Amino acid sequence: MNTAVLSREQREAKLEGMGCRRKRVEDIRFTQGKGNYIDDLKLPGMLFGDFVRSQYAHARIKRIDTSKAMQVPGVLAVLTAEELKGVNLAWMPTLAGDVQMVLADGKVLFQNQEIAFVVAQDRYAAADGVEAVEVEYEELPVIVDPFKSMAADAPQLREDLAGKTSGAHGARKHYNHIFEWTVGDKAGTDAAFASAEVTIKELISYHRTHPSPLETCQCVASFDKIKGELTVYGTFQAPHVIRTVAALLSKIPEHKIHVIAPDIGGGFGNKVGAYPGYICAIVASIVTGKPVKWVEDRIENLTTTSFARDYHMTTEIAATRDGKVTGLRVHVLADHGGFDACADPSKFPAGFFAIVTGSYDFPVAHVAVDGVYTNKAPGGVAYRCSLRVTEAAYAIERGMDILAQKLGMDPAELRLKNFIKREQFPYHSALGWEYDSGDYHTAMHKALEAVGYKALRAEQAAKRDAFKRGETREIMGIGLCFFTEIVGAGPSKNCDVLGLAMFDSCEIRLHPTGSAIARMGSKSQGQGHETTYAQIVASEIGIPADDIMVEEGNTDTAPYGIGTFGSRSTPVAGAAIAMAARKIRNKAQMIAAYLLEVHESDLEWDIDGFRVKGLPEKFKGMKEIVWAAYHSPPPGMEPGLEAVSYYDPPNMTYPFGAYICVMDIDVDTGVYQVRRFYALDDCGTRINPMIIEGQVHGGLTEAFAIAMGQEIRYDEIGNVVGGSFLDFFLPTAVETPKWETDHTVTPSPHHPIGAKGVGESPNVGGVPAFSNAVNDAFSFLGTRHIQMPHDHWRNWTVAHKLGLHD
Amino acid sequence: MAKEKVRMSVNGREIEALVEPRTLLIHFLREELNLTGAHIGCDTSHCGACTVDLDGKSVKSCTMFALQVDGAGITTIEGMAHADGSLSALQEGFRMEHGLQCGFCTPGMIMRAHRLLKENPDPSEEEIRFGISGNLCRCTGYQNIVKAIQYAAAKLRGAPQKEAAE
Repeated sequence: MNTAVLSREQREAKLEGMGCRRKRVEDIRFTQGKGNYIDDLKLPGMLFGDFVRSQYAHARIKRIDTSKAMQVPGVLAVLTAEELKGVNLAWMPTLAGDVQMVLADGKVLFQNQEIAFVVAQDRYAAADGVEAVEVEYEELPVIVDPFKSMAADAPQLREDLAGKTSGAHGARKHYNHIFEWTVGDKAGTDAAFASAEVTIKELISYHRTHPSPLETCQCVASFDKIKGELTVYGTFQAPHVIRTVAALLSKIPEHKIHVIAPDIGGGFGNKVGAYPGYICAIVASIVTGKPVKWVEDRIENLTTTSFARDYHMTTEIAATRDGKVTGLRVHVLADHGGFDACADPSKFPAGFFAIVTGSYDFPVAHVAVDGVYTNKAPGGVAYRCSLRVTEAAYAIERGMDILAQKLGMDPAELRLKNFIKREQFPYHSALGWEYDSGDYHTAMHKALEAVGYKALRAEQAAKRDAFKRGETREIMGIGLCFFTEIVGAGPSKNCDVLGLAMFDSCEIRLHPTGSAIARMGSKSQGQGHETTYAQIVASEIGIPADDIMVEEGNTDTAPYGIGTFGSRSTPVAGAAIAMAARKIRNKAQMIAAYLLEVHESDLEWDIDGFRVKGLPEKFKGMKEIVWAAYHSPPPGMEPGLEAVSYYDPPNMTYPFGAYICVMDIDVDTGVYQVRRFYALDDCGTRINPMIIEGQVHGGLTEAFAIAMGQEIRYDEIGNVVGGSFLDFFLPTAVETPKWETDHTVTPSPHHPIGAKGVGESPNVGGVPAFSNAVNDAFSFLGTRHIQMPHDHWRNWTVAHKLGLHD
Repeated sequence: MAKEKVRMSVNGREIEALVEPRTLLIHFLREELNLTGAHIGCDTSHCGACTVDLDGKSVKSCTMFALQVDGAGITTIEGMAHADGSLSALQEGFRMEHGLQCGFCTPGMIMRAHRLLKENPDPSEEEIRFGISGNLCRCTGYQNIVKAIQYAAAKLRGAPQKEAAE
């Protein structure tokens, strides 16, 4: 690059590095229908698999007759647990240390559980085969309510665990109990409550829902008998982990397993785990010698692969009369369904729920979580959330509003009074985390000012008076949320999955002509990694982002990584990119010194090359340096220019934000209008503001859905109510509010580029803001806590119970 | 199952094929014609990822049999780019305004927006939101999809283009 021609600004702009609203490279193919998703894949001779599923939530399987199915034209095989036992795969381990049936082994534990896998020449024949399989059931009593799981006379769900008094996370108190997990100072917390001037206690439930990406979970398994190699194409957020799991389960050596995750149509946590469909497709391919495709339909997706939440959080806060919090005590009853298949780091059966002290300076706290089995689908994935952080944020942010109501204090004032102060960072929370950085007061004040908070409260007071006078039937709610997340799992000292440390990785290779490829251990599902990762490299090594290809998802070519979930791509993989790039820059500096005939220490980095300090005209651009690395490396130096980094983060990152929702509710219809939603996010250094804002829009829309209606509900005999898009609330463009985004920037001190991650913040912070708005609207009529989701019917019911329709 | 003959024009190309009567149009397009741009997201006609243009109307191709479109003209996302390979106004708008993330709903969304703008070249925001309400997106929250359609509408009307929102 000729620096004499271009200004510094022009050189910066040409890179399209960090901070730039770079347009996405992915969009060229996606806007033309040329994405490459799993169901687009067609291999020669490919077969199709489909499941026979349980009609009942809890039943003994008396008989499975596959003979008629085998006579259906096009059907080639039917797998049941009996067949899978032959290869020791009737059960599979879960990420949570439990085991899960791949196909029903003697009984079923939830509606739509997998019973048999029909393999046929196409998807229509497979569906015909499914219809022809006969299953005889003996119904068993059902547990739907987790509060009844540990009753003395409760039916025993997991007969395979009979007599086992301990599980993967310690002692089991009951045959339907999975684990108890505690953290914090119990005695100290009890003492704080004993001497408290004011306390609140509330059961705050976060209902069961589902991530429901628009593309369901799918795979194609292809086993090559001659080479003994298995290739699995799939919707995998964590392709390397899937490869390792496949190696451990199948006994096929890991180097002979190729896992490929092509374009993924959204994940939101749904595509982290390993599901029976993957195992069955692999076994079916081994059995038939042909590639086998498995594609979930939407009902299967909503009812079987990975629900989220279902946390019932009894939340207590102790405080002084003037509103200083003195203690937090939370007990969680966690409904894990029929198998414990939560996707959490091994040592954290309740994920990072211990972030429940939130943004507040609690001197002492204690948390206990009891996980129980019920006759519901397994899962408990982090739906756009860093592992139970959403649940924690909901508990504390509702709790603070309930406390404010009891104290007669403004909820904003209560929060400002209890925030961790800027000078307290790095801050050690009562439950053991080290918050890296934050400036909560600045963010909160900016948010309050942006929405005109005082004026809104005045308007609300006037509307309430008018309501009492009978002049309006509309009530107004102002929902505040100030959340702190914990993301970027995580340091190997405490975070692993299946024993694998939760590092992530990047390999950058520069080509002689000055372009590059960066290969990653993470995997985009729509986050735009191909665009943003290249921006990091561009800023770090001065190569234009357009000249950098980012590749993910092929375990043969990518360095090992733990994948994309829990907002870990930027905090962990993003750090690995910067570190790999810096290794390259260090070598480039040596080459530049050789070319300029000076000592390395005489050089300084300048946008896109090295300059001799004090001699601005003595400059070597990266393009020239890269060529030299391949053409004429300094004597004694290895040619080439590439680097790998495996980044083990020293700490998690702690993004935060202030969200404010203004809502009006008609008490006669229950219909709500979101008048305004303002979201201020602080995710540290901002790599691509356009993409950040897009992430926030999307996360807020998911939060809106969850808070205002989206639910996986079961009737009393365990039938899923709302297991298709007919009933499961996914907002359209009409219902979705308009979003206002804003930001502050408090970089992470330990992250190489100061970035914290943002993708999940809006889901974490959005749900409490909506729920607090509804609760705030009704509170002057005497309500204390209204359970989510707040759909029109439920709002109407609340109004009705308050006697507003008399 | 006995197959029957079906004829249609897809993206200007005349197609004649034998299909099982129960074959859904989406499966015919994706698996027989290898036009994999239209996607399957829900099976119940709610999500609109399978939207294609059929004789001047937006249809959800998961809810029609291939035989039902005998004699019809279909345009899919693969037929949207200009002949020289450059992006059409809508495709460009989706990119410029960040109207997509995972890309799975995008082909259906663009096909729906294409018909919407044919019917109403200068829609208001409310008309756009209503007009695309048969298409679900899980990633974007629709805000930038609305902007993308406004971008395309302005470009197609020959209105001066503003820079993409900063």
